[in-house]
Amino acid sequence: MNSPFNTSAGGLPDEHLRYAKRGYGMDQNRYAWSMLGERKPVQWPGGARVALWIIPALEWFPLNMKGVPFKPPGAMQTSYPDLRHYTLRDYGNRVGIHRIMQVLDTRGLKASVAVNAAVACRYPALIRECTRRGWEVIANGLDMDHLHHSGLSLEAEKQLIEQTLSILRDASAQPVRGWLSPAKSESFHTPDLVAEAGIDYLCDWVNDDLPYAFKTASRAIHAMPHPIDIDDHTILVQNHHSEDDFRDALIDQFNWLYREAGQAGGRVMAISLHPWIIGQPYRIRALEEALDHMLRHAGVWSATGAEILDAWKRQQG
Amino acid sequence: MSATTASSSAAPPPATALRDPGLYDYLPWNDRPTIRWPNGARVAFWVAPNIEFYEIDPPRNPARAAWGRPAPDVQNYAYRDYGNRAGFARMFDVMNQLGVRGSVSLNVAMCEHHPEIIKTCADANWEFYSHGTYNTRYLMGMNEAQERAVIQDSIDTIKKHTGQKLDGWLAPALTYTDRTMDLVAEMGLSYVCDLFHDDQPGPVKVKQGKLTSMPYSLEMNDVIVYNVNLVQPRRYADILKRQFDRLYAEGEKSGTVMCIPLHPYLVGQPYRLAAFQEALEYITGHDKVWVATGREIAKYYAEHYHEAFTRAAHPVGEAP
Repeated sequence: MNSPFNTSAGGLPDEHLRYAKRGYGMDQNRYAWSMLGERKPVQWPGGARVALWIIPALEWFPLNMKGVPFKPPGAMQTSYPDLRHYTLRDYGNRVGIHRIMQVLDTRGLKASVAVNAAVACRYPALIRECTRRGWEVIANGLDMDHLHHSGLSLEAEKQLIEQTLSILRDASAQPVRGWLSPAKSESFHTPDLVAEAGIDYLCDWVNDDLPYAFKTASRAIHAMPHPIDIDDHTILVQNHHSEDDFRDALIDQFNWLYREAGQAGGRVMAISLHPWIIGQPYRIRALEEALDHMLRHAGVWSATGAEILDAWKRQQG
Repeated sequence: MSATTASSSAAPPPATALRDPGLYDYLPWNDRPTIRWPNGARVAFWVAPNIEFYEIDPPRNPARAAWGRPAPDVQNYAYRDYGNRAGFARMFDVMNQLGVRGSVSLNVAMCEHHPEIIKTCADANWEFYSHGTYNTRYLMGMNEAQERAVIQDSIDTIKKHTGQKLDGWLAPALTYTDRTMDLVAEMGLSYVCDLFHDDQPGPVKVKQGKLTSMPYSLEMNDVIVYNVNLVQPRRYADILKRQFDRLYAEGEKSGTVMCIPLHPYLVGQPYRLAAFQEALEYITGHDKVWVATGREIAKYYAEHYHEAFTRAAHPVGEAP
């Protein structure tokens, strides 16, 4: 206990009042501090105001998940064998994704699909369906039980990334330029390792509405604005909102960005989707109605992540 | 994917823990001195944006981890950073267009990290009060000298970067010691936002100095609304209007206070701004509203009602 006569007895270790990184900009060196509204306005191809980037995730949650260092959203929950959650997640790969494909096909929209490498091994026909449409394949790690985190050795994480990219590049016959870590979980080395493995853009950092330059040990890559706040898992599963609420959130998001783009330059409307959630029969109409609202506006450019990044780099990079 | 805030499991109370913080006497809503705000206003209305910096890998306080995931918690760190990069300017524009000056609940290290944001607020004549140094440095476990050093850092940093005298306090991440209220009052601050027991300002019992509790409202706070209660943006607008309507009606009898505490990483998401704008238009569209800062309301209260409220309060009886 502290002595009443000595105000310096006890307390926290001295490091709690030391602030080594207290200075201009960020407390890490991955990117420069920059406010969205202060940047040179972005021009999208054809004078579009909003780049529409749709990112369904194809995920596989193993039945014997260990959840190290934490259980990702969507993980198994009951005692083994948790057939109910395993199969409901797999519903997305069998049924739900095909509803999304139908919705996008009929509207002439494309997507970037974030794929666990395990899905490409297990369901090659599904990857062919994606690439046949001209969808871009983004790497989404090996599976939902292989999280990237600081408990992994550098070598183990490097192998995990190489294995993931090798499977997805073979399966898609695409360069695979985008990376989304499962559950957006990274170690301190993840950006360095994916850049070394040829990745051009990272989808884990939810701090911006536009692409921005991202530093790694070997080469410059970019961060892309892949959302968490308005995806189907957050709104429908975590927040327990209705399908109409999800539709309205997407519409309100679009309206604000569209108006802002008229004054401040191009914006990205990114829609993150999980086929096992939005692909349920009673939910899919929310996506249709939101997209139809957007497509009634002039200047909406349907693009993949790589196309958006390349257009941005041609003028901003 | 989950966007919830970092979870924390509270440590058990120490052997010396108090049963009652002893910070205020009992003053029932139906029997207290009448408050009349300037110009016949019924509601003193203030907006308190929390302008925050969260460190990616801070020293771990024994009582609470900064992040829910092992370092680096990229998802939650970047989510907070969104507020400074994108959300702040949108929130600022909505408030500025309606003539609402903010009372910034400031992690004072923001003055060094992001001076552009500080300058924007200062140029618009917003108030700055302290929300600690970083939102990832907690007061629990500090000795008195350490806690004094944190408060002095806030006084000095806000003075140096904005020229303002520090008047208000909201503890970083709402973390405390038993000494916090006594220390901020003794060191010259005049109001705190940490106590949620009333819809009017009230006296805080401290050893030295004169301290006012300002209604800040967790119920209206966008973190609680969005990340704890998981509310839709359009519903948040409805909540804000309902809160205002009642306080405006009751304010005819005796002036009330309404606060909207905000976080740019939440209210500044594109899909949430229109609802916030609509609620702010509704509130400021009423004529008997005093749109003010925390400092202005606390000062008016302290000068006119602090003594009367102190005298009118009932001593609290001893629980068995």
